[in-house]
Amino acid sequence: MADNVIIEAPMPGVFYRRPDPEEPVFAEEGDDVDAGDKVALIGVMKSFHDVTVDTDGVVTEFLVDNESEVEAGDALLTVAPS
Amino acid sequence: MLRIKEGGLSTTVQDTGRFGNYHIGMPPSGAVDQYAHRIANFLVGNEADAATLEMTYSGPTLEFEEDALIAVCGADMSPSLDGEAVSTWTAIGVDAGQSLEFQFATEGARAYLAVAGGVDVEQVMESRATYTLIGIGGYEGRTLEAGDELPVGEPAADAQEGATVDDDVVPDYGSEDTIRVVMGLCDYRLTDEGRDVLLGTQWKISDEADRVGYRLDADVDIQDLFEEREQPFGAGTDPTNVVDLGYPIGSIQMAGQPIVLMRDAVTGGGYATVGTVVSPDRGTLAQGRSHETVTFESVSVDEALTIRESWNDQLDALREELLG
Repeated sequence: MADNVIIEAPMPGVFYRRPDPEEPVFAEEGDDVDAGDKVALIGVMKSFHDVTVDTDGVVTEFLVDNESEVEAGDALLTVAPS
Repeated sequence: MLRIKEGGLSTTVQDTGRFGNYHIGMPPSGAVDQYAHRIANFLVGNEADAATLEMTYSGPTLEFEEDALIAVCGADMSPSLDGEAVSTWTAIGVDAGQSLEFQFATEGARAYLAVAGGVDVEQVMESRATYTLIGIGGYEGRTLEAGDELPVGEPAADAQEGATVDDDVVPDYGSEDTIRVVMGLCDYRLTDEGRDVLLGTQWKISDEADRVGYRLDADVDIQDLFEEREQPFGAGTDPTNVVDLGYPIGSIQMAGQPIVLMRDAVTGGGYATVGTVVSPDRGTLAQGRSHETVTFESVSVDEALTIRESWNDQLDALREELLG
């Protein structure tokens, strides 16, 4: 198995793990994901950027809390490619 | 024709703005960084009022149906044509069929893409600027999405590939954090200490800063900055409320937190506006990224006029140099 891939924030903003406060999270640690799957959002300037994975694999760890502030370049989560 | 393959985070058609309708509640809209917008236009032989694409944090991916001459100015988003990096603040020739792509902005928040001939969407009230809050202007009054097709106007005959500007024309977005303001209209409502706090605080640009308003955060209770008084008839009960007045563009509205009103903002209301950002510095502020800090510096009206005059002179000189 390849090394964990770190997904970084491309822009500053607020990190969201849910599409809406009432909705379930996009992904839990341990979930299988496919390349292109949306796993989080970054909200900035009242717009939302989709955080997607670029390989098939398993989400190993979320490194920041839901609704916390992030800076461009911050590590958000790790994915173990399958 | 420009074909949008991906819209980016928030990309709109903008120009110098929709003027003369403020009295009916219509803000000007238009490029929030007029400096980068105008220079991008001059580089490709356009006049200042040609429409460009304003791209926020992450640019779109787009394909050119015909040969074109383009320039990208403003925030650094590392543009590339068919995978090859291209220079910014420079006129670049594009062949029909090529795709232009951007990375995420590393410095600054907004970049402008000018195309020789301008983005030729239909005018609404004499402007091509997009005002998304009510859905007018630009392309269907909204941010761009995959599948949109934007017409391009007729380029000026003598526009030249390779036209560029000196390095000192290019701002260093990361380093500029002083925003100059003329105090007023309602700064009489602040205590002396409140005024010192407003001007002495490092304000953090919030995640909700956008084309409507730049919301600023700090550990300051805004009500404490105001003189106590019995509120006059017609004003709200909060000490930051006044009898409704017109809001100058760039004014600092004290609505629970300072909000600098930008080019898509409401044109009047009942919050005290305690200062107005001088026009060139609105562009500087618009390049401020969420979580960066800014400080306000008070200048007189005469100083503000001089600042605006030298900004205009610099742009006139660049226009003269590039358009002849």
